[in-house]
Amino acid sequence: MGNFRYRDDQPHEEPAVTLDAFLEQPDATAVRLEAGEDARQLIPHLDRLQLIEVSFPRFRDGRGFSSARILREAGYKGELRAEGDVLIDLLFFMRRCGFDSFASQHSLNPVDVEAALNRYSNVYQDATDEAVPIWKLRHG
Amino acid sequence: MYRYDQYDQAMVDARVEEFRDQTRRRIAGDINDDQFKPLRLKNGLYLQLHAYMLRVAIPYGTLNSVQMRKLAHIARTYDRGYGHFTTRQNLQYHWIKLEQAPDILAELATVEMHAIQTSGESIRNISADQYAGAAADEICDPRPWAELLRQATTFHPEFSYLPRKFKIAVISSKEDRAALRWHDCALRIVRNEAGEEGFEVYAGGGMGRTPFIAFPIRDFCPANQIFSYLQAILRVWNLHARRDNIHKQRMKILVHELGEEEFRRQVEEEFQTFLALGTDFPQAEYDRIAAYFTPPPFETGLSEEIDRSDPEFALWVDRQTVRHKAPGYAIANISLKPVGGIGGDVTAEQMEVVADLAERYSFDDVRVTHAQNLVLPHVRKQDLYAVWGALAAAGLADANLDLVTDVIACPGLDYCTLANARSIPVAQKIQQRFADMDRQLDIGELKVKISGCINACGHHHAGQIGILGVDRKGTENYQLLLGGSGAEDTSQAKITGPGFDEDGVVDAVERTVERYRELREPGERFLDTYRRVGLDPFKEAIYG
Repeated sequence: MGNFRYRDDQPHEEPAVTLDAFLEQPDATAVRLEAGEDARQLIPHLDRLQLIEVSFPRFRDGRGFSSARILREAGYKGELRAEGDVLIDLLFFMRRCGFDSFASQHSLNPVDVEAALNRYSNVYQDATDEAVPIWKLRHG
Repeated sequence: MYRYDQYDQAMVDARVEEFRDQTRRRIAGDINDDQFKPLRLKNGLYLQLHAYMLRVAIPYGTLNSVQMRKLAHIARTYDRGYGHFTTRQNLQYHWIKLEQAPDILAELATVEMHAIQTSGESIRNISADQYAGAAADEICDPRPWAELLRQATTFHPEFSYLPRKFKIAVISSKEDRAALRWHDCALRIVRNEAGEEGFEVYAGGGMGRTPFIAFPIRDFCPANQIFSYLQAILRVWNLHARRDNIHKQRMKILVHELGEEEFRRQVEEEFQTFLALGTDFPQAEYDRIAAYFTPPPFETGLSEEIDRSDPEFALWVDRQTVRHKAPGYAIANISLKPVGGIGGDVTAEQMEVVADLAERYSFDDVRVTHAQNLVLPHVRKQDLYAVWGALAAAGLADANLDLVTDVIACPGLDYCTLANARSIPVAQKIQQRFADMDRQLDIGELKVKISGCINACGHHHAGQIGILGVDRKGTENYQLLLGGSGAEDTSQAKITGPGFDEDGVVDAVERTVERYRELREPGERFLDTYRRVGLDPFKEAIYG
């Protein structure tokens, strides 16, 4: 199984449309962002968005990490899903960048997923998650 | 030097367990080799021609004696009794078994060391001036900033799957001993007119097949905003670099394609974004780190006198020692370039000798240089003779710093899967050709740098004399380049013309050197003469 979701609300039912289609459909609430597409184009529409799916066509292509942070930093609160070549060792970084659901093309062992997400009890730097950076822990 | 607290220690310990688990999943077949490769690379493990190579991080090139002894122990236990210091101030072991790699990482973690982000498409180990904290010409010790940025860039969630590798260097003096502008991001600590500390920032440098010298992107970034600025650079690159051709994904290519102005504009825009997020480390954290780098308790009233009655010792003092900021002390360079040896290679026994000397004579401090030598940064002048004696007994007392035999060479085709030609034998033949010490001294400063392929690990683009090994119809062929520099007068070397075979390139180097001796004016180094007269007189000497 490759689907993991870390949200309390109900999964969104509407299928995600392409960025071009989304920008032309004023009532669309779900969009799929391909690698290389500009996440900032979505910023004026964050209020109506409930699902943004960010594509990882190859696990080495890390553009989606920046896209996710840009969306969260702009205030997006809906579901942010990493889709595609999503591997266990990417999940920790993805969570830190604001992804809260995963649709991997691979079957991921849930035990290994849990282990990977909980491997590090602390982090060195701020990102878009709730983790408190070590420098803050050091200085109270 | 910096010491780990419980947080730093927990981080490297968790890393060891993570890598153990990744190795287990690879062996169990849960992940394939293609998926495992970036994971092992981020822990410094390369597959080379004969075995795995492990690259151990030596942050900003600083080691203590306990760490050096651990490196010796690992060399003896897991390798063939030696290690290789690199142009990134790191240490490589070339004969590693994959299944032992987690144990080696665990050994390193016991002495506050790791191999995190020493390869792969990540933010690499940060390099710095090897004379930091000792140099008479520095504004401040650059290492607290290097350590702060080490932490800030370790497991950075947004920048762990970058388009390519990303190299940072930090210095704080006008003289550049760290090949600053050959880095993706180069930081020089300066003071502005108000006396505040900040960074002069350069971006988009790098060697490889398409060399670029980093351009000045910002004259002054306030010190407490440097992490924001760095993240801005990284984000612009991460979002906009090509992802379709691994040879065109370094940041230098993006800078070149966008143009310096446009790249700077986009970085400034992202800089505002990051400043607003407030991710910079506070002054209190800088102060905490800087406290580990307070100068050692230098004695005062020491004698400046050195007994030079032993001529070999006097030669070593003249060549290998450099002025220290504290009276009565010297910076002592240890050559790892014996004639006929392998540059940068050190045996476990030699590592232990250096560890003992550091502990006894240099406030427990050793440095690694990008020229693949070592440094004892704080030696009392009155102790130099004893240090030299111990080095000589260990075969470490060569007096050739920055001379023609102080050759930088990559491992080349003797070890590396990427190489097209061998580097080590060419370096050895050049050393043998110029072995005569009087001749070396007469030639003076001459930095020779050899790479066995266009990836340029041997820094041939920055060589006053550079040599590039290529494959020409199945035989090794060597191109000669002149006029490069990795110092504050950074420049890129130019190819002289058609290449040579192994012996031919050594002859060509000798003809170049002889032409320099004919042309030089009093006080001119090779590089000065080259810059004054240009390439043509040398081409004429080389090709007749």
